[in-house]
This record gives sequence, C-alpha cells and structure tokens, in this order.
Amino acid sequence: MSTVKFTEEHEWIAIDGNIATVGITAYAAEQLGDVVFVELPAVGKAVTQGGDAAVVESVKAASEVYAPISGEITEANPALDDEPATVNADPEGAGWFFKMTIGDASELDGLMDANAYKSFVEGLG
Amino acid sequence: MRYLPLSAVDRADMLQAIGAKSVDALFCDVPASVLLDAPVDLPSHAGEMDVERAIAAMAAKNMGTGTVPSFLGAGAYRHHVPSTVDHMIQRGEFLTSYTPYQPEVSQGTLQYLFEFQTQVALLTGMEVANASLYDGATACAEAVLMAARVTKRNKAVLSGGLHPQYRDVVKTQARFLDFEVAMAEPDPMGGEDLAAMIDENTACVVVQNPTFFGHLRDATALAAACHEKGVLLVVAVNEVVSLGAVKPPGDMGADIMIGEGQSLGNGLSFGGPYLGLMATRQKLVRQMPGRLVGQTTDVDGRRGWVLTLSTREQHIRREKATSNICTNSGLCALAFTIHLTLLGEAGFGKLAAINHANAALLAEKLGGIAGVEVINDSFFNEFTLRLPKPAGGVVEALAAKGILGGVPVSRLYPDDPSLADLMLVAASETNTVGDMDALAEALGEVL
Amino acid sequence: MPTRTITGNRGLQVEATLIFEQDTPGVTAVDLPDPPKVKGRLGDMGRDEAIGLPNLSEPEVVRHYMRLSQKNYAIDLGMYPLGSCTMKHNPRLNEKMARLPGLSDLHPLQPESTVQGALELIETCAHWLRVLTNMPAVAMSPAAGAHGELCGLMAIRAALEDQGNPRKKVLVPESAHGTNPASAALCGYAVESIPANAQGRVDLDALKEKLDTDVAAVMLTNPNTCGLFENDILEIAEAVHAVGAYFYCDGANFNAIVGRVRPGDLGIDCMHINLHKTFSTPHGGGGPGSGPTVFSEALAPFVPVPYVVHDADGFRMVEHESRSDAKPFGRMKAFHGQFGVFVRALSYMMSMGSDGLRQASADAVLSANYLLARLGDTLTPSFGGPCMHEALFDDRFLKDTGVSTLDFAKAMIDEGVHPMTMYFPLVVHGALLMEPTETESRESLDGFIEMVKGLAARAANGDAGYFKNAPRMTPRRRLDETAAARSPVLRWKKEDSAQNTSE
Repeated sequence: MSTVKFTEEHEWIAIDGNIATVGITAYAAEQLGDVVFVELPAVGKAVTQGGDAAVVESVKAASEVYAPISGEITEANPALDDEPATVNADPEGAGWFFKMTIGDASELDGLMDANAYKSFVEGLG
Repeated sequence: MRYLPLSAVDRADMLQAIGAKSVDALFCDVPASVLLDAPVDLPSHAGEMDVERAIAAMAAKNMGTGTVPSFLGAGAYRHHVPSTVDHMIQRGEFLTSYTPYQPEVSQGTLQYLFEFQTQVALLTGMEVANASLYDGATACAEAVLMAARVTKRNKAVLSGGLHPQYRDVVKTQARFLDFEVAMAEPDPMGGEDLAAMIDENTACVVVQNPTFFGHLRDATALAAACHEKGVLLVVAVNEVVSLGAVKPPGDMGADIMIGEGQSLGNGLSFGGPYLGLMATRQKLVRQMPGRLVGQTTDVDGRRGWVLTLSTREQHIRREKATSNICTNSGLCALAFTIHLTLLGEAGFGKLAAINHANAALLAEKLGGIAGVEVINDSFFNEFTLRLPKPAGGVVEALAAKGILGGVPVSRLYPDDPSLADLMLVAASETNTVGDMDALAEALGEVL
Repeated sequence: MPTRTITGNRGLQVEATLIFEQDTPGVTAVDLPDPPKVKGRLGDMGRDEAIGLPNLSEPEVVRHYMRLSQKNYAIDLGMYPLGSCTMKHNPRLNEKMARLPGLSDLHPLQPESTVQGALELIETCAHWLRVLTNMPAVAMSPAAGAHGELCGLMAIRAALEDQGNPRKKVLVPESAHGTNPASAALCGYAVESIPANAQGRVDLDALKEKLDTDVAAVMLTNPNTCGLFENDILEIAEAVHAVGAYFYCDGANFNAIVGRVRPGDLGIDCMHINLHKTFSTPHGGGGPGSGPTVFSEALAPFVPVPYVVHDADGFRMVEHESRSDAKPFGRMKAFHGQFGVFVRALSYMMSMGSDGLRQASADAVLSANYLLARLGDTLTPSFGGPCMHEALFDDRFLKDTGVSTLDFAKAMIDEGVHPMTMYFPLVVHGALLMEPTETESRESLDGFIEMVKGLAARAANGDAGYFKNAPRMTPRRRLDETAAARSPVLRWKKEDSAQNTSE
C-alpha cells in the first residue's frame, strides 16, 4: 500500500518505492466540471516543487497542475489523451496524470495526509 | 440628434427615479478639475445631408480603381463582388450582432463560420482552419509565434519573396520577445535557398506563393528539408483566387497556412478591413490562435454549433493565452464565404482561369514594349516588370494619364536601389482588353 | 419541448443545412466570361484535383444566408445589454459612406497624389480622436482593441528601451479584460495583479506598494470593468509617473465619458479606442474592429508607421521607419489600418458632433443608473453609489433558488432579449454586467426592467426547473459544449454528412 499525500493546490501524490504518481483530487475534479483536455508533461522533463507540470481544461477554464515535489517525469497517462473524462470518472485512480522520480524525499514532509486534506477542503466552505 | 431616443421629459423622469439632481451628479466620482462643463472644440451635430456632402467631397478627391484602368496588386486585389454579397452582409442580423458567445441565439453566425472554416481548409488543402484573424500580415506574425510554441524554438526564417509589410509586422511582433527573425534578401528572381538558413534554433520558415514578385514556387522540397530538422513550414497566400488554379500549401507539406482573404467578397477599401486566414494540421490546433467553431448537438439532439477550444484564448488564459486576439473579421469572413458559395467549384475555377489568362495576355502586351522586361518565368495574376528607369516616377506619370498601372517595388522597399526599376502589375477579371491596351500604350509613352 | 413538425421547421424558423449538403453539380450562381486564349504561365504549379466546393444557384444562396440570418439576435432587433461591449445602434449612414466610390474602391498602394481625399479622411478622423482625448498623437493602424493595447505597450517598451532600461513587469488589476495581460506578455513583460478595494476600485495603497523601477506600465480600464470611475485616477497617474513608469488606459469603456472627460487630462500616456464600441461601427458578429491608439507627448515619437503628415504639399503617408524623423517602433499591420471602419466612425462623429457625443455619454450613464436604481431592490448591486455606463450585479439574489447566473441569462433569451455579460468581471461572484447604452428608448429600458423583475420573482418562487430548461424558443436549445471540446469537429467532411442524414 503506497503513501498518499495532498497539496493545497489539490494535487495528490502517491509514493511507491522511488516513483511517485500524481493526479488531481476528487474535489478539484468536481470543481473543474467536465474535463475536456489534459496537457501532460514530456517524459524526461525536470520539474520543481510548486512549478507548472500539466494543464487541465474544462470548457470554460484552464488550470495549472503543479508538481507536488521536485523530480523528473517518467511517464504520462496515455489514457487521458483519448478519454479526458477519465479525470472526472476516477480522479484518484485511473485518472492519474503522470509518474515522476522523487528528487528530494524531504519535500514530502510539507504535504498533507488524507485527514489533513479533508479538513483543509472542509475549511474552504 | 437622431440616434438618441430619450426625450427631455424621459431624462427628467429617469433622474427622479434615480434620485439624482442632475446628470453631473452621476459623474460625482470624476475629479471636478477634469470634468468638462462644455462641449469640446469640434463641430456640432449634423444631419445626413451635411455628413454625406462632407465625406463625398473627400471621396471626390480620389481616383477610384473603379473609374480608371487599374492594375494594382501587391497584397490587395480588385475583383468583382457579386451583388448578393453586399446585400446579405448588410442584413442587421449579421451586421449588428456580437461575437457568438450565446450559441442559442447565434446559430447563424456560428454556422457560416463553420462553413467558412471548411471552405478555407478545402481551398488551402489543410486539415483545419480558424474563424479568421485581422489580416494577412498579422496572421503571419501569429503563425510565427504559433510555430515557436509548437517547436519551443525562437527563430524564424522569412523568405525574400514574402510581402515586405508582412516581414515588417513579424519583425515588430518579435522585437520585444526573445526571438530572432532572419530575413532573406528581397528575392525578385525567386531563386533563394532558404534551407541553408535553417539552424537548430529555427522554429519555422515562412514563404509566400505566389511570391511578392509573382513567381510560383513549389515548396515541397523545402517542406521536407524543414521537417527533417523539426522546423515548421509556413506558407503565405495573399491572393486567394490563385488557389483556384495553383497547387495549394497543403499539397506542398505546409504545417501552417496563412493568407489574406480580401480578394473574395471584400472590396479594396484603401487597405482595410481585410481578412486574415489561418489553417493548420489537426494535431496543432490547440496551439492555433483565433476563434474556432465546432459542431455539436443541443439538448434535443439537433445539430448545432458553438465556439470551442476557448481555453486557448485570452479571456480564459490571460497572459498564458495563445494570442491576445479578441475580435476577428467576422463580417469580412461572411463576405468571403458568400462570394465563394456563389462561385462554387466551377465558378471559382473559372474565375482563377480568367485571372491567369488576363495576366498572361497583359504580360505579352507589356513585354513587347521596347526596354520593358517581364522577369517572371511563371506567375498567376501578377508579375514583375523591369523598366528602363525608376518605377516610382513611371507610376506617377501613368496616374497623370488616368491609369493606375502598377505598384513600384520602391514603395515597399524604398532603401534598396537595386529594386528601383521594378514594377508589380496585376490583372484580374475586372480588366478588359481595352484597359490592357490603354496601359500598354501609356507605358510606351511615359518611358 | 415544442411540437415536432415534419420538416423540423417552426414557422419563420426555417432549418438550414450546410452549403456542402446543397451541392448540385452543373449549377452556378455566377456567369463569368470565357478567358482569353493565351499561353498559360503556371509552369508545373497547376492545381490537379478538385477542391470540393459545392455548386449552388443564386436563389439557393440567397435563401441559405437569409435562413442563417434569422437564427441570430441583433441590435437591430432589440436591446443587447452586454456589459463592456457597448452594443449601441449602428447607423446606416455609416454603411452608405463606407461604400462611396472613391473610398470603397481605393487601392492601398495607389500613388499619394490619387488618394488625397482618403488621407484627408484619415487625418480628419485622427483629429476628432485627438481632440476628444486631448492627446497629441494617434496611431490609426491597430486593427482592434487588443491590437491597440499591443501598440500602446510596444510604444511604452520602445520608449523605455530608448531610455536604456525596458524594465520587467506590467501591473494589471484583477478586474481587467483578459486581453490586457495577454498583450503585456506579447511585449515580453511579466504580469502582476493589482487588488481591488471594497468599493470596486484599484486599491491605491496596494498599487503604490507594488510600484518600483521594475514596473514598465500600469494598465487600467477607466471607467473600470465594474462600471465605476477610478476616483483616485489623478493620484494613480502621479504615482505611476513618479517611478518613471507609463500609464496605459484601456479605452473599452470610453463611451461613458466621451465629450465630458478627456483621458489626456487624467495623466494617461496611451489609450486605445474601440471604434466598434464608442463610435458605433458594427460588431459584425465578431469583427472587424478598429483600435486607434492615442499617445501623450512622452510617447508620441514612438508611434508606429504608417502615419499621415499634412504639409504645404498636401497629405502624405510616412510608411517606413527609415523615412520618419521620429522613432517609430515598427509596423502593426499591412497597409494603413481599418480604413473602412474609419469612414464609418467619422460619419458617426460628424453626425453626433461635439454636443451630441456629450449628450450620448450622459444618456448612456443615465440609462445605466436607471437600471441600477430600478433593479437595485430586486437584484443585488455589487457596489454602492452611482455607476457609469454599466451596472454591475452579482448572484446573491439567486442564493438558494437553485438558479445560476447562466440559467437566468438563458431564460432572458426566451424573453427576446440578449443576456448581459455574465461571470465578468471576475472580482464579484456570478457577475451580471448590464450596459444599456444611450440608444435604448425609455420604453425599451422599462420593458427590460419589468422582464428582469418577473424572472427574479419566478426564481424566488422556486421554479428552478423553468430556468434549467431555458431557452425553449430558440432555433437551438442549450448546446453540448463539453462534447464539442472533447472531440472537436471543426469542419464539414462528406462522410460526416452521410452519417448525419442517415440518422
């Protein structure tokens, strides 16, 4: 069972050995509405914590998805090209965005766990 | 003040409903020091007759191309526009509607733009087209920026056969960005080698066909050279009627086509408003600027149209948008699409054939004048003459005889003496054999 | 759901298939002469394959576009209260003037001696704009408002480079039009946002805090996008100039103040003017626009080519940087700008005159305040005090009704009125921005007010379903924008039509 952490920008990151999988939370997917397009990073791209990593678009909005930690992109979810609706259907599962290396594990310490994120979302009203 | 429906009584009643003493009270947020208390120093209001008289007096000081033999081109072309076009575009439902943001009450605009996009794609041999940009020159600059986004490189190579004002607009657009514009020398003979100017920073190469000097050039080999190095080929077309007779950009391997659509449906109007065209490959569409109309269905399952892929645009993406463009050339696009619908496949092909044949006939007549040389081996409806003296003076002398004989290349390249003797001459379906003979005779006289 | 007819038509609403589905080979709507027989000069560059254009006769073409026209709303039909768009009446005299022989048929590269009247017309139009704004220079060539913004920012950047430092960023209020940050980015500037205060204006202290010598320009819309005059404008200008930055004004809302307040008196360095808003030229379903940009003394030397000069020999056009004795930053557009739009705008300005333009801005502001006053207790105004030419409401009045701003707007469509601007500006929740303009009659304003009140009562009565299913009476009802964006169909293809008709 992997460890899952959350950011205040509504990304989730699941740690599995030395690879992390990143996506947007169910809350974010619901706020965005029907996702129509996801722009994914190129494999091999280096990202820094808090920097732009992907873009997710609904009909009337485009939102940046930020890298929860620093590292290098190792894989982008090919399913999202053909079926962007997967992000709505299963945001925290099949709708993952990309996988990346863990550049600095200590960056994970600053992120929220599931309970903390739940309270954070409730606090947004 | 015929455009103002409120009467003095209305105004007084409305002020009372608002609870304000005067209109000035509504301007209470304006600092008193800058609020004018009287009209500015300009003429007072005037009735239709007075306005018409004043503007008609200005019009009367000009030599309209419709009143004299006229052979001007260089990026703007005089064609016959069927009566139906101007009648339809003046219908209030087209003329006085806004951008179709509410699709339920804008299906008319949306459908004609969808048809327009399809026509442009068909004409140019490209996969998809947008719903228009300002004009050919700004479309060219947008294409260069689009190529930079796609390739993540920062240099453009511009052909010496590209319209000089298009080159200037690209240069201006790039001036304040981290972007290099490599300009090939003006290319009156159409012999440049652009592949040699490509390097690892090159995002795109921009060529024009027919070139500014009228040459027809197949860019197929250049496209291959570009693609080998990950460079996009942009092909500009500024006489769209040529596409009825000449190999289109899509067949040459162009990645982006840009063009000036004025020739169809739109009058010369001293240079604007015109119609910027842009088309590209389906896979690059999310990097394309400008509005796009897409097909969909309504809640009752009926086919309809909406603006789509809006997240590319400034009102959503702000500083990260593909472009800052907000308006397009909607009504000019309508004129274009109606004209092309009237022409149809057969009419458009025939129109192109007449243009070409008239130009070929004119080239024969002018090339026969002593000291005059047609420098083109091939052309569509415009070619370049080399004259025995500077073309600027020749064009003035022709105008004095009541003939608009051509555009001196020095008008666009004033600082290059090697181009001073060159004159661009265009023919269209509007020129009669009598016009051509008049030009030939007058040119012989002024040389 | 209305009753289905056999044809799908509904009385005056006649369905229109695509032109590509009306192809009759062998038919034509033009009769062209045969080309002269002459040796072709295309070389090996001929087009081999058919293009695929449909063939129709003239009556079919006229009917097609007539049918399409009847699926559009228009100012000619009724009130079009789109905030920040200034949908005013488009006089037909303008159209007639733009079509005069001697204007409509001029080629942009004719010898100057043959277009003296056209150059005079451009200069006359420029003169009106300079006087109305009290600014010494104007670039006529920008093709639209956003193009004018770009023109202004480029002049600013050129001026700063001339002084040795282009600087790094442009400050833009949160409430700005999206074109502002997009234009700044195109000039190589980073964009920083200025917060608004509780009165819907720029927060002067927050602005001052952000102002330093890295700031190239502040871009402000005035009146702003909340329809309010920036009452600190003189202090803002002073603060901007104190750090050596320039003050850009987005002139989209000039209609509120024309003839009453001159931007040049406010310390503004440049401002674009949307001729298709303030000066009544038609929006044409999304263009063409025209965005002449006026400049202060400080920026005047950097105005782009071309520009018209008037001297003893008459009018001439400076078309090249090398032929200018100033420092033009470049060229924005081929030829000389949207000449046909200049003719229309001049025709309007001459018709209105200095007195009429002043009355127009008064009536525009009066009408907006009338909406604000009469709808103030039904809807929820976002800010107190009088507004300028547009009234801003938010969606608090819809709280707990289950009706959104969008639903409310769609119900207005069924009432035969184009909705106001929605969800803009972004600084208030569920914005409804209404700009009636000066060309609505009292009767039209009152009708609009009663309609909005009626709908608001309906929403308050819990009839959310009515709104969710609106509009019902339109040629098409709500369209699936998600499907359109997920798998874009951006052109007709033969195989698509085959599928469509077989359904």
